[in-house]
Amino acid sequence: MKPRTLFEKIWDEHVIHEEPGKPSLLYIDLHLIHEVTSPQAFEGLRLAGRKVRRPDLTFATMDHNVPTKDRFNITDPISRQQMETLTKNCAEFGIPLADLHSPDQGIVHVIGPELGLTHPGKTIVCGDSHTSTHGAFGALAFGIGTSEVEHVLATQCLQQSKPKTLEVHVKGELAPGVTAKDLILAIIAKFGTDFATGYVIEYTGDAIKKLTMEERMTVCNMSIEAGARAGLIAPDETTFAYLKGRRYAPQGEDFLAAVEKWKQLVTDPGASYDHRVEIDASEIAPQVTWGTSPGMGTDITGVVPDPESFPTPAQRKAAKDALAYMGLTPGTPMSSIKIDRVFIGSCTNGRIEDLRKAAAVAKGRKVAPHVQAMVVPGSQSVKERAEQEGLDKIFIEAGFEWRESGCSMCLAMNPDVLKPGERCASTSNRNFEGRQGRDGRTHLVSPEMAAAAAIAGHFVDVREWLRETTTV
Amino acid sequence: MEPFVIHKGIAAPLDRVNVDTDAIIPKQFLKRIERTGFGQFLFYEWRFTPEGKPIDTFVLNLPRYAGSTILLARNNFGCGSSREHAPWALLDYGFRAIIAPSFADIFYNNCFKNGILPIKLSEEQVQELFERTEKYEGYQLTIDLNEQVVSDEYGLSYSFEVDEYRRYCLLNGLDDIGITLQYEDKIAAYEAKRGLLSR
Repeated sequence: MKPRTLFEKIWDEHVIHEEPGKPSLLYIDLHLIHEVTSPQAFEGLRLAGRKVRRPDLTFATMDHNVPTKDRFNITDPISRQQMETLTKNCAEFGIPLADLHSPDQGIVHVIGPELGLTHPGKTIVCGDSHTSTHGAFGALAFGIGTSEVEHVLATQCLQQSKPKTLEVHVKGELAPGVTAKDLILAIIAKFGTDFATGYVIEYTGDAIKKLTMEERMTVCNMSIEAGARAGLIAPDETTFAYLKGRRYAPQGEDFLAAVEKWKQLVTDPGASYDHRVEIDASEIAPQVTWGTSPGMGTDITGVVPDPESFPTPAQRKAAKDALAYMGLTPGTPMSSIKIDRVFIGSCTNGRIEDLRKAAAVAKGRKVAPHVQAMVVPGSQSVKERAEQEGLDKIFIEAGFEWRESGCSMCLAMNPDVLKPGERCASTSNRNFEGRQGRDGRTHLVSPEMAAAAAIAGHFVDVREWLRETTTV
Repeated sequence: MEPFVIHKGIAAPLDRVNVDTDAIIPKQFLKRIERTGFGQFLFYEWRFTPEGKPIDTFVLNLPRYAGSTILLARNNFGCGSSREHAPWALLDYGFRAIIAPSFADIFYNNCFKNGILPIKLSEEQVQELFERTEKYEGYQLTIDLNEQVVSDEYGLSYSFEVDEYRRYCLLNGLDDIGITLQYEDKIAAYEAKRGLLSR
């Protein structure tokens, strides 16, 4: 048999129907739902008199609109209506829902893996671009629009044109203090925000194999910021160990059988990708973005670039517009940029390991007086675990706010919003204009860098702090 | 869905790369539970001051582009969030086609589901169209999906590529779900083969 890539194996397994000149009909194993992109899909079903074909392969939660403080007191009537609509729709169509009262509630891309719903080899979709997160398990996972949400609800299938494959090979090893977040930000800064458009990325190489599941999720999560349809990492012992014993993972004998099957989900020797790029992990420094696109980033040791240094007129204009919006001057050292707010959380960096790493930096230190910093666990279960480990106390003693789970200030559809002109060190995934609030200024960083910035009041090279900590 | 065959209209140039769906429709307007009514919020933070007054310099507020139905854009248009509210807002505002050198994947796909035609032309061709909107007041383009041609009244004519199946669906305003449901027996057979029986 012809050698195949990991992507091709999953794709082939799920194609139900193919015809030349038409998109393939792809079966979907898991459909995740949230309150923002689903109401119009359910309305469409009702208007057409259609049912949800497989409520048992569908799972819903509420995350985007959820207040992270006083969460049952939803003061925005439209937010409340959107959440009530999801509750009503799930009840009407028989879809399991982790609502605000459920211990399972959380950001959809945090709870899927946590509950063991995400498995290697599955096709997973959700009306949310960061569905790419689940690719960390070797699942083909991608975001869809609301029309497609309706399509999957009605048919459990999607019409899909076959994407091309792109290998992002990461050789070497990340240095201490350099994280998975820095790796993906560096990849996007190097190759651009649309270098992977039309492709499914498979991340390969020693640096990737050494990553934990949480770190792999951070990398795959931001594949969409590189333009990719999806990001994939081949499952291995790290993956299997993570899934073992989780509620919706196969149990006992079934788990062993599943692992044997999952082990086949690797790119065969001799299989080829449509395109390949390479990056050396050992050369990557902690990253900070300076602009309004995730690719506008640089090393913490670097400076705000001069727009005139970019090669094309369009790039020069984009950089100039970005610096005007961000209120930055070319040549300013990144480490001298003062911040007002810090947000640690989101589907990129709101998992238990992220909070542990941020807490290790915050421990025994104090948030700078002019900074408002908050930590928002990605799910109720992450929150509970963190509290068992005493992380909440570390954060609170250091002067961080400790919140309930939700998307929070990643997209500011809830009360967590930047005020105009406020500058934020954020562990989220998008630094677009207005993303965290109108005229808010977002700098994307890792949880360690965010925690360090909260304490220093400006960006700092967290590697220096880690060296101090280890020598003490 | 309204079919798209031939469309003629005023072209408005949005001179920015990487226009994201947060800019197209900011998050505070995503809370509606209907598909309609988003046009008033299109490009809100570029179009209006925090007090809700129109910003005179923004392209869609310039009188010469009033009533425009074709949007000219730059690379990677529609990147970011998967929100279909972005094409809903563009359509509700009146746009039927968007011309750019490249589009983000999910947005591109979402356009076809809503009767909007996204057209990819080369950077040079798009640049030429930008310049013509400057040069000619009320500059109009005609888009013929049957012939796959964009043309103007000054002799310009660019052909464009579009996936044959998407073209067919857009020309006929076809509903994807109806098409897929014709394969119900195949879907059921696949579920049986994989042991994916309903609980």
